[in-house]
Amino acid sequence: MKRVKRRYLALQVECEVLPTEREFIDAVWAAVTRLYGEVGASQTGLSLIDFDVERKVAVIRVSLATLNMVRAALATMTSVAGKEASLRVLSVSGTLKALYSGAK
Amino acid sequence: MQVFRVVAMTRTFADLHLRANPKDQQATQRLVGKAAQFGYSQISVPFTSRPNEEELAKLKAMCREASVDFVSRADFYPRSEAELTRFLRKFRRQFEVICISCDSKEVARQAAKDRRVDLLNFSSLDYHKRFFDRAEAELASGSLAALEFDIKPLLILEGPPRVRLLMSLSREVAVAKEFHVPIVVSSGVAEARLMRMPKDMASLAFLFGLDEASALDTVSSSPAAIVKRNREKLSSRFVAPGISVVKEGKGQ
Repeated sequence: MKRVKRRYLALQVECEVLPTEREFIDAVWAAVTRLYGEVGASQTGLSLIDFDVERKVAVIRVSLATLNMVRAALATMTSVAGKEASLRVLSVSGTLKALYSGAK
Repeated sequence: MQVFRVVAMTRTFADLHLRANPKDQQATQRLVGKAAQFGYSQISVPFTSRPNEEELAKLKAMCREASVDFVSRADFYPRSEAELTRFLRKFRRQFEVICISCDSKEVARQAAKDRRVDLLNFSSLDYHKRFFDRAEAELASGSLAALEFDIKPLLILEGPPRVRLLMSLSREVAVAKEFHVPIVVSSGVAEARLMRMPKDMASLAFLFGLDEASALDTVSSSPAAIVKRNREKLSSRFVAPGISVVKEGKGQ
C-alpha cells in the first residue's frame, strides 16, 4: 500500500478568549465539513498534534493531497466555540522536526 | 514549544480593498498595522467621492509609518453608462486605481470596454447581478481591466448563499482564464479580525479553481501590475505607453 504523505501546519490562533483543545479541533472539523461535506472532511486525515495555550499556537496534521483544501477551510474560520477568532498559517512542513527547527 | 514567526517572502503582496473609514482613525490604524504585520506591501482604501485632503494625508502618513505603500483608489457605483463616463472623466486622474461596481449589464459592458477602468466588481449577494460572461471577458481583455473578487462574503456567508457564490466565482474564473483577464483577490473587509494573510487569501482562491501559482498572482503580481501601470500614466513624465520624458531641455 502506498504511504500517505502528510503535512504539519503550525497555526496562530487569534482570539480574545482562548478555546480549549477540544473546542479548537471541533471548530476546525466544523469548518472543513461545512466547506467540503462529511466525505470531503474524511479525506483530509486531519488531527491535532499540539496545542500551546500560552503562545496560542496549534499544530495540526493533514494529508498532502488535501493541504490546499484544509488551508482554505482554515481561512474561512471566523469563530471558535462561538467566540470571534481567526487562524493564520505560520508554517507548513513535512516533518515535525523541520516545523519546529524552522521556527528557530 | 518553539516560537514561530512569519518567514520573509520573495513576492510582494497587495490588498487593494481595505474598507477602512478614514474618519475612524483608531480602526484604520488597526487595519493598516495588521496589513503590515501580515506582510502586505501595498494597501488601498477606497473613496467614493473626492477625498478630503486632510484625511488622505493622515492615511498616507499612517501607511508610511507602518512601511506600507498607500495606493489611492476610487469605487464607483454608476447607474448608467453616462454616469460612468462622467465619473471617469472627473476622477480618473485623481486616483491610482479605479474600480467599478457593476449593478447592471449596460454599466458592466461599458466599464469592461473603457480603458480607464482598472477593476470590475460584481455583487456577491445577488448572483443575477454577476455579469461576467464571455462577452464581458472579451471586452475586459481588450481594455486591460481586471476582475476583482472580495473574500469577505466567503467568510461571512454560510450554506446555500456561499454555495451559489462559489459556483459563480468558479464559472467566472474559467471564463477569465480563457480570455486572459487578470484576477485580483482583495479582502473587502472593514474589521481587522476578518483580514487574512496573503497566502491564506490565495488558498481561498483555490476554492474557485485557481492553481497555487495563479492564486498567488491574484494577491501579488496582478494588483501590483495595475498600480505600476497607473502610476506611470499619472506621472508628469508620461507621454504614451512606453514613452516618457527623460530630460527636458532649457527653453530659449
